[in-house]
Amino acid sequence: MTGSQFGLGRLHADNVTLRYDERTISRNLSVAVPDGSFTVIVGPNACGKSTLLRALSRLLVPASGQVILDSRSISDLSAKDVARRLGLLPQSSIAPEGIAVADLVARGRYPHQSFFRQWSKADEESVIAAMEATRVTDLSGRLVDELSGGQRQRVWIAMVLAQETPILLLDEPTTFLDIAHQIELMDLLAELNRQGRTIVAVLHDLNHACRYASHLIAMKDGAIVAEGNPSAIVTERLVKDVFGLPSVIIPDPVSNTPLIVPKGRQVAPVVHLDTSARAGKERHRD
Amino acid sequence: MRAAVSSHLNFGRSVHVVRVLRGRLSALFDRLSIFIGLALAVLALGIAGLSLASGKYPIALADVLGALAGQGDDMVRMIVVEWRLPRVALAFLLGGALAMSGAIFQSLTRNPLGSPDIIGFSAGSYTGALMVILLLSGGYYETAAGALIGGIVTAIAVYLLAYRRGVQGFRLIVVGIGVAAMLSAFNAWMIREADLQVAMSAAIWGAGSLNGLGFEQLAPVAIVLCVVVPLTLFLARPMRQLEIGDDAARASGVDANRTRLLLMVLGVALTATVTAVAGPISFIALAAPQIAKRLTRASGVTLIPSALTGGLLLLAADWTTQHAFGVQLPVGVMTVSIGGLYFIWLLIREGHK
Ligand SMILES: Nc1ncnc2c1ncn2[C@@H]1O[C@H](COP(=O)(O)OP(=O)(O)OP(=O)(O)O)[C@@H](O)[C@H]1O
Ligand SMILES: [Mg+2]
Repeated sequence: MTGSQFGLGRLHADNVTLRYDERTISRNLSVAVPDGSFTVIVGPNACGKSTLLRALSRLLVPASGQVILDSRSISDLSAKDVARRLGLLPQSSIAPEGIAVADLVARGRYPHQSFFRQWSKADEESVIAAMEATRVTDLSGRLVDELSGGQRQRVWIAMVLAQETPILLLDEPTTFLDIAHQIELMDLLAELNRQGRTIVAVLHDLNHACRYASHLIAMKDGAIVAEGNPSAIVTERLVKDVFGLPSVIIPDPVSNTPLIVPKGRQVAPVVHLDTSARAGKERHRD
Repeated sequence: MRAAVSSHLNFGRSVHVVRVLRGRLSALFDRLSIFIGLALAVLALGIAGLSLASGKYPIALADVLGALAGQGDDMVRMIVVEWRLPRVALAFLLGGALAMSGAIFQSLTRNPLGSPDIIGFSAGSYTGALMVILLLSGGYYETAAGALIGGIVTAIAVYLLAYRRGVQGFRLIVVGIGVAAMLSAFNAWMIREADLQVAMSAAIWGAGSLNGLGFEQLAPVAIVLCVVVPLTLFLARPMRQLEIGDDAARASGVDANRTRLLLMVLGVALTATVTAVAGPISFIALAAPQIAKRLTRASGVTLIPSALTGGLLLLAADWTTQHAFGVQLPVGVMTVSIGGLYFIWLLIREGHK
């Protein structure tokens, strides 16, 4: 009830304290995922992004406070109930040895199956669609062990897509992917978002985050430093604050969203483009 | 009304989709697993027939079949149906139960060396049995009860010691090995302190044997398995889902800790039943699931092929120990040899990789 009352959306965390045993990662953290948004979470390593996703998906029980899904405390819902509404791509996963691609993707259908309905028509159709969307159809019969890192990542994404949930949480979905596959995946997520799915992704590429996110959450030390539309909140000062990195921000020539150009510690030597190109050619001749 | 369609998906192996009652019942079957399962069942029937025919009074196979159908000579019928059949059925059921228990633990620990022994079950039940044999001079039933209590108490202790926000496979293995080692040392000390005669009978119990078992044991075993096996099969899907890792499995709707606890209880119940009846028969739980996995080329351990393999192995081991050496050996002696062969096979396979 609280959710709709305050316009917080289907999924939000209210005053949660997240900890592993005695180590507290986030204290009294409140986050709301706007319905229908493409929310991206950014922040330095170990700041608690994955921990937050685990709490939002019921994998981690908050020490205090609660996560609300569809106006109910997520810990009151059954695992299967949650899994029909919310899918999670964990940061790292291990495939069982000797499993075929299609078999792994099919495991995403688990929350829709039962002892009596183990392989419905809908199961088969979702798996086929998910494999096509992530372009792993050609790998279908191959063993996951024998794929490249990027291929494997796309198979895991296909598995979460096959789960067909209205809310999708993805922890660094673009790791291991080459630049073309990264953009393709981001476009796919944007397309799913347009079709009405709420997307929450942890990303390390700030420029992807700014280009695709409708709602950006910047985290540091387990707390939220800023949130809102990327164009409104991303400043040189925020990047310095969150990552301790000096940068220059210019408009992205393609999307007109903020484009962060890191300065780094040292000033790079100024090299004319044409000379470097020639130097490259000379090296080739050797 | 059967609707068998082939899947439009390429699983890299031949599958068979069955959907009946307008899709209310549906399943995906793997053709190779079904073929292997049938082959194992036929082989098991063959060895069972052989076991029914052989013994002090050899009986022709045709007469065995006649006796099973309730025809023929009274004497022959008594030998086949009342003397030999319970033991043959027990060999198959106990082997299958051990293998199913092994498959559960190998799946939960995601480790091919996982078996009920790793949670200290065998060592614990041996401790229980030894205490009854040595301290209380108990008979067969008392020993069985002692073994049951010893094994279950040990399993609970290991589970609690390994518990930290739920129980994970690896911690279970490490804690189990530690507890099993301590109990084994204690067992060895108890045997050393005992009289030679008593120590001998304790050692025979410790090897695991089907000698002297009959209908009295078959009935309770069959009842227990009728409850435990369907429950285990019912949990096969979440068990398989856990193999994709805890986080991924939980995010896809598996209640990981509850599923693991239930499966462990069922696995312990299966092993406990066997141990109480026949003592700790070793290596079937370890080897059968892996042999079945290799035969069916499955990605994980599977319950039914494992159980059929285990039943077949124990039937074969029992026939060998009864008839191949002239003296009746405990079947455990043979299963240890199966374990040895299994490890040699593993080494050769790894060597060829
Ligand atoms: N299972 C765990 N047990 C104990 N501490 C943990 C566990 N998982 C994470 N941590 C700790 O919690 C903190 C936050 O980790 P988290 O994985 O949430 O970071 P992250 O922001 O996702 O980092 P990255 O960008 O590197 O993925 C880290 O200090 C980490 O060491
Ligand atoms: Mg992380």
